[in-house]
Amino acid sequence: MERILFGDNQFFAVNHISDEKSRAQSIKFREDSAIIKTLDEVRSLGVNTFMCTTHDRIANICEVVRKHPEKYKDFQIYPCMPYAHKYANAVTELGIAGTIKQYVPGNLFGTMLKGGVAYLSKDFLSITELLIDAEMKMFKGVNTPVVFLQNVITDLLLGLRADDMLVGFYNHVKKKYNADAGFITMNMPKLLDVLERNGIENPIICSSINKVGFRMSGGKEIYEETLKTRKLRAIAMQVLGGGAIHPKEAIEYVCGLPNIESILFGASSKANIQNTIENIHHFDALNDRMVLS
Amino acid sequence: MVKVALIGAGKMGLSHLSILGAHPGVDVVGVCDTSKMLTDFLSKHGKFNCFTDYQKMADEVKPDAVVVAVPTKFHYPVIKSLLERKISVFAEKPFCLNSEQGQELVHMAAKQKVVNQVGYHNKFIGTFSEVKRIVNSGALGKIYHFVGEAYGPVVIKPQSDTWRSDPTEGGGCLLDYASHVIDLINDVLAPVNAVKGSLLKSIYSKNVEDAVYSLLELSNGVSGVLSVNWSDETYRKMSTSITIAGTKGKIISDANELKVFLKDGASLKGYTKGWNLSYITDLTAPVDFYLRGEEYSAQMDYFIKAVDGKVPNSINTFQSAWYTDNAIELIKKSSK
Repeated sequence: MERILFGDNQFFAVNHISDEKSRAQSIKFREDSAIIKTLDEVRSLGVNTFMCTTHDRIANICEVVRKHPEKYKDFQIYPCMPYAHKYANAVTELGIAGTIKQYVPGNLFGTMLKGGVAYLSKDFLSITELLIDAEMKMFKGVNTPVVFLQNVITDLLLGLRADDMLVGFYNHVKKKYNADAGFITMNMPKLLDVLERNGIENPIICSSINKVGFRMSGGKEIYEETLKTRKLRAIAMQVLGGGAIHPKEAIEYVCGLPNIESILFGASSKANIQNTIENIHHFDALNDRMVLS
Repeated sequence: MVKVALIGAGKMGLSHLSILGAHPGVDVVGVCDTSKMLTDFLSKHGKFNCFTDYQKMADEVKPDAVVVAVPTKFHYPVIKSLLERKISVFAEKPFCLNSEQGQELVHMAAKQKVVNQVGYHNKFIGTFSEVKRIVNSGALGKIYHFVGEAYGPVVIKPQSDTWRSDPTEGGGCLLDYASHVIDLINDVLAPVNAVKGSLLKSIYSKNVEDAVYSLLELSNGVSGVLSVNWSDETYRKMSTSITIAGTKGKIISDANELKVFLKDGASLKGYTKGWNLSYITDLTAPVDFYLRGEEYSAQMDYFIKAVDGKVPNSINTFQSAWYTDNAIELIKKSSK
């Protein structure tokens, strides 16, 4: 994975601290061309990985990427599925069974609903695989070397102790898409325990990691300890702590931690993007020099 | 370990179950739902002990506490039968569909001396607790007006009928969305005790209102406006906010951002004259397991601690939720 990954929250009006900023972003990025413009700026600064949710509008971005193979030959997308609000709204309207019926392609689930027979574990795994395939459709012909499960699902399954569903996601992504499976979580140490217990070694885990301990469940100390002593390919997100930390200080902290393979961040303006990338390079170089000396 | 069971594994129920499943002080002893697909999933993948009859479950697994997340119209009979068995109850919101039933359950919970809580999670959001602290400090001077608002994209097109579109089952924007805002006003300022007029508007729904606009008067004499619309797709998800105006200052707060204007800086420690901005990141305590927001884990943790006798059962009690049910009734009456 690249050292720096570019995220998509700003494109879809996700802002963890301000509804006003979120509205401003939604106005700025109302046209797909504005998203493409920002992605091109990011690429010009040397960052070629776009980590994004499977929002409907990403299908349009993929279309642009497919149409310009030469321009985007080094570009890659890390899909994060599912776009939870789509399903959450459907559950409100159709209920849980109705939602699965609507989104599972073919009539496997319809047959199961009618049958009135007991559901087997393999049935739930097949449904999951069909849902993954449905979400992956829009990325056909686009380079997607890592595919992520979104935190709301990872963490829901974690709490429900449905470990085999997490393993099912991992296996299907590996087998069918020849890609690495990654997990986004707000409970990184706990997830690592579960994945390791189920035989998944050195997993890719993306979680909040920041100086103020924001969304680092169980506390910053256990995260730092996990990074120091355990084996995982960690991606740090929410490194700015939702905006609570001064950018330079925030990046200095994350760059100073051991075992962080990549840093994920998003921003709307070219100046902010450039600033963050420069800060990461600056502190990485500083740390390299310290190691050498 | 506190022995907890869940009744109703729908959207909120599954979220509660996941939080309970990850809680180190909880032993989830049973899950009850009428959907075979869900109970098969939960027993096969989560190794939960599943039931389709909640009374049977209560008698068999003898929980200390039960989380009730069934549609609102079933709250009264289900909670009543749990209270009869002296089981502590966490119920989803709104509490009951009419204030008599709610009153009966309030008395019963007191008589049976069990812990009782309702899922109005805004009270576990750092910005709103700070709003309450500032209001109680008197720093705003004499409060003369408030505006309580919530907007979101729940019903944005004409749609199929579910229990959410049936007013007799607890559907509609007033019960579902506005209840959160009313409960927040009740808690931060004072309970609603009169409603001067209300407009309940259907935008896409046939049988229920999609928006609620109302003039409220509180028991302390303060009056203000309620404005709630769940058919507003300019919001990505539910956004709740409260504005409070006083003679010495003003507060505008949502779940993420708190803006405080003070005429006199010395009136409140940590705040200065003019505008003060703070964010949820500064005001929220971390949780041990995060699913959809700190507040969901925090409210459940508080309930478990109350059952365990470690905290008082004073936040989101049946009584406080009853005030909200009562205000909902007043709003309905005033709209006719």
